Amino acid sequence: MNERIKPIVMPKWGLSMSEGKVTGWLKPAGTRVGVGDEIVEVETDKIAGVVEANEAGTLRRVIGTPDTVYPVKALIGVIADDDVPDADIDAYVAEYATHAAGEGEEAEAGPRYEFVDTPAGRLRYAKRGSGEPNVILIHGFGGDLDNWLFNIDALAEAGTVYALDLPGHGQSDKRVKQANLVGLSEAVTGFMDALGIASAHLIGHSMGGAIAARTALDHPDRVNSVTLIGSAGLGEEINSGYTDGFVAATSRRDLKPVLEQLFHDPATVTRQLVDDLLKYKRLDGVDDALRALADALFAGGRQASVLAEALKAADTPVLVVWGESDQVIPAAHATALGDRARAEVIGGAGHMVQMEKAGRVNELVLAHIRA
Amino acid sequence: MTNNPFPLSKDELLAAYRTMRTIRDFEERLHVEFAKGDIPGFVHLYAGEEACAAGIMMHLTDIDRIASTHRGHGHCIAKGVDVHEMMAEIYGKATGACRGKGGSMHIADLSKGMMGANGILGAGAPLICGAGLAAKFRGDGGVGITFFGDGASNQGTVLESMNLAAIWNLPVIFVVENNGYAESTSVEYATAVDSYVDRAAGFGLPGVTVDGTDFFAVHEAAGEVIRRAREGGGPALLECKTIRFFGHFEGDAQTYKAKGENDYNREHRDCLRIFANRVTSAGAVSEAEIALVDREVASLIDAAVESAKGAPLPSPRELLTDVYVAY
Amino acid sequence: MARKISYKQAINEALDLEMRRDPTVIVLGEDIVGGAGAPGELDAWGGVLGVTKGLHAKHGNRLMDTPLSESAYIGAAIGAAACGMRPVAELMFLDFMGVCFDQILNQAAKFKYMFGGKAKTPVVIRAMVGAGFRAAAQHSQMLTPMFTHVPGLKVVCPSNAYDAKGLLIQSIRDDDPVIFCEHKALYGSEADVPEESYAIPFGEANVVREGKDVTIVSYGLTVHRALDAAEKLAKSGVQAEVIDLRTLSPIDWDTVIESVENTGRLVVVDEANPRCSIASDVASYVAQNAFGALKAAPQMVTAPHTPVPFSPVLEDLYIPSADAIAAAVNKTTARALAA
Repeated sequence: MNERIKPIVMPKWGLSMSEGKVTGWLKPAGTRVGVGDEIVEVETDKIAGVVEANEAGTLRRVIGTPDTVYPVKALIGVIADDDVPDADIDAYVAEYATHAAGEGEEAEAGPRYEFVDTPAGRLRYAKRGSGEPNVILIHGFGGDLDNWLFNIDALAEAGTVYALDLPGHGQSDKRVKQANLVGLSEAVTGFMDALGIASAHLIGHSMGGAIAARTALDHPDRVNSVTLIGSAGLGEEINSGYTDGFVAATSRRDLKPVLEQLFHDPATVTRQLVDDLLKYKRLDGVDDALRALADALFAGGRQASVLAEALKAADTPVLVVWGESDQVIPAAHATALGDRARAEVIGGAGHMVQMEKAGRVNELVLAHIRA
Repeated sequence: MTNNPFPLSKDELLAAYRTMRTIRDFEERLHVEFAKGDIPGFVHLYAGEEACAAGIMMHLTDIDRIASTHRGHGHCIAKGVDVHEMMAEIYGKATGACRGKGGSMHIADLSKGMMGANGILGAGAPLICGAGLAAKFRGDGGVGITFFGDGASNQGTVLESMNLAAIWNLPVIFVVENNGYAESTSVEYATAVDSYVDRAAGFGLPGVTVDGTDFFAVHEAAGEVIRRAREGGGPALLECKTIRFFGHFEGDAQTYKAKGENDYNREHRDCLRIFANRVTSAGAVSEAEIALVDREVASLIDAAVESAKGAPLPSPRELLTDVYVAY
Repeated sequence: MARKISYKQAINEALDLEMRRDPTVIVLGEDIVGGAGAPGELDAWGGVLGVTKGLHAKHGNRLMDTPLSESAYIGAAIGAAACGMRPVAELMFLDFMGVCFDQILNQAAKFKYMFGGKAKTPVVIRAMVGAGFRAAAQHSQMLTPMFTHVPGLKVVCPSNAYDAKGLLIQSIRDDDPVIFCEHKALYGSEADVPEESYAIPFGEANVVREGKDVTIVSYGLTVHRALDAAEKLAKSGVQAEVIDLRTLSPIDWDTVIESVENTGRLVVVDEANPRCSIASDVASYVAQNAFGALKAAPQMVTAPHTPVPFSPVLEDLYIPSADAIAAAVNKTTARALAA
């Protein structure tokens, strides 16, 4: 096989994804692309996303037809330099189809979610990669580890990446024993203890950012760096229309407009995304957990814990990332740490910037971790 | 007043009389008022059967449940349902026991353990098995009493329920108020056995037949089977041979009865008269005390009718409420 | 965490979880334990199709086998509900309503209204519905419309294991009487079901497939037939939206109307006989409330107006098929195709 020919395949975003629909090409065949360039839009039953180039080169073949569903790992495009002969590329494409079919069943046996018992209850997590350093991804209020669908594999290049479900969230125990920032921070350090993780880079989104910051302040020896993405804890304002709406919604009709506030492009919110969140919200104990957390952390549209000054005084390296059109926590908070931290505000993204602009966010985080 | 040969105190005797008198006056008054045309629908009067309701219900408290029949006013009064609310309900008023949505045949007050009069004959028997089952699971010592007439005694629900209560050993009493007529059809014609005790035996239940015009006979027999059920001894059947002074419903010409039957019954088998004579002649209660109860009850019924007539009608929006707890 | 379990297991799990949560929940029915009083094993059956198997070991005498005496034990469940319990009574086959309907129709359904709002009757009556088991005319009917016709009753018919668990939990927690219809042909069907308890609110239809050309409304087994039809139609370029009503009383009119306003076409699929059915109810409601949006006459795909036949060749014809649904859809789109 010609190593100069690089495939673009239907990605696997999360364990349940078995196929995806190509919805449109953002680059025509023949375009020169760089690493991280957005090439093709793909929609799954859960979420709409963009496939980015992993390699630099020319987009030599556009294989995936718009509005057509392809299995995960199916070849949908080819990148190669201009001097690779067409015949080689055609041979590659022909051979690839066979190759993918043979690999199909093996792909099903991918890594599963794992569970660990901690003082904060039984927590679910996903683990990717190996070796040092450790990276822990902490989702936000009402989220779960799948919020890192587009990040966890990319970040595993750096070391071992863990994404956990916080207490009261995802498939972790629904009882939040201590419904405040300190309690959630202790849940994270308890998680680290249970898995024997001495120290880690903490990447937190929204409420998860405030948890990461709290942990860095309380246990600086265990936190190598923090990345705060659309983070709580950097200012007082928070959109109570979102937080209260999320807590109160009991039907798809109520929940959908609330979730649309999370994204720059509201079309990202598919029926399945809404259904999955409703399924979560309907589990016994979730409503109590969410209400307790909302009351403790952002009652009346004000954040109870602002950690900006304390962070300025601390030594832990900090990266701040924000979506420019964040409707939940204003992007103005990105500069709350002044010179103390690198702050990147990314255009064309909302509160879920790590999903909407995954490539850019992954690039920033990797550079920050490696620094 | 020193002589009281009865197993009840003087206060209890007066209370029993008051219950029976209240039922009697309530029904006699309805008979009069119904004829005036102010009462919608139809009413089935309990007059003549008062000793059954009073004699049984004296053994019960609010934790005990009863399931009544279409002829339910007496059971309601004896179980403690408010007479004003009952009267207002019969007039279809917003202040009624069921806010004007049930009427005579559906008066209920679950807080008093009264699970409802019932327009479906024999329907109370399965329901009371459920009440007995609930009491058994709760272990609160409650009992359930289902009333049915000689007519409904032939319903499959009653027979199935006797079997169910027997195999589950439920604290349930099946009370047949045998007034001789299922609407217009005689018990001799419609029921294959001569005695309901035989029918009880068919389900392995103890059965007792008592003179339903004799308060003391009903009271004693009911006391025995209810105590037994409360203590875990299981269900029983109690037949009260009784009479109804009026027709099946108001407007029934009663041509199926023998000539002079009602007059004879009023003269010789009136449970109130029998009771009053016995307690006064024994010296347990004075005639003056009986007369005082009569006067008090008469004014209660007067007041109930007056307030029911003056009470507001249900508002139109009541049509659509109370179908579900939440929908 | 979620894992794949069957519709039957999901129902068993819902009963188990609710009995653990609430001591007033009791379960009664014919052979739901099995072997009561018999010389052999107790829990011999766990229900005629094994749905309640294993619950007796966990909850003991809170599961009660009943005599073959539907009026008595369905009535007892209703009476116990009026006295503060939350009984779940199994009526085995909904067809058996014929011998105990008074207790449902005139008692449970009426208490709340007839007693001026003072009563509540939180009883669940579980029963198998539907054809496909070669069980003929008295064990195969889809009698849901008989119950939706009665004010005071709620009527539920899940199409999959996830919904079965969440809707049964809601049924048990609900303060009104609920007729919980289990399609016997779905007992083996599997779905991802969380281990935890969760309740699905009543009156919320599930859009199981989105499409812009036609709305197919159904519930129970025929939801799957509708999905099969939608799959076929997609190949010919027709995008069908499939709505699973989940609860028939209350019914989610908003979702149906919203969908028809987008698609302009309606096909209702109902395994019940056609007259006064769920299908005719939905078709008439849409005609009355979204007439302006309709591009074609609403179509109904139902069982024929016959009893359920025995011979497999006949019974297979009786149940609405994916082909019949696709044909009905094509009727609604015929004018557009001809144009």
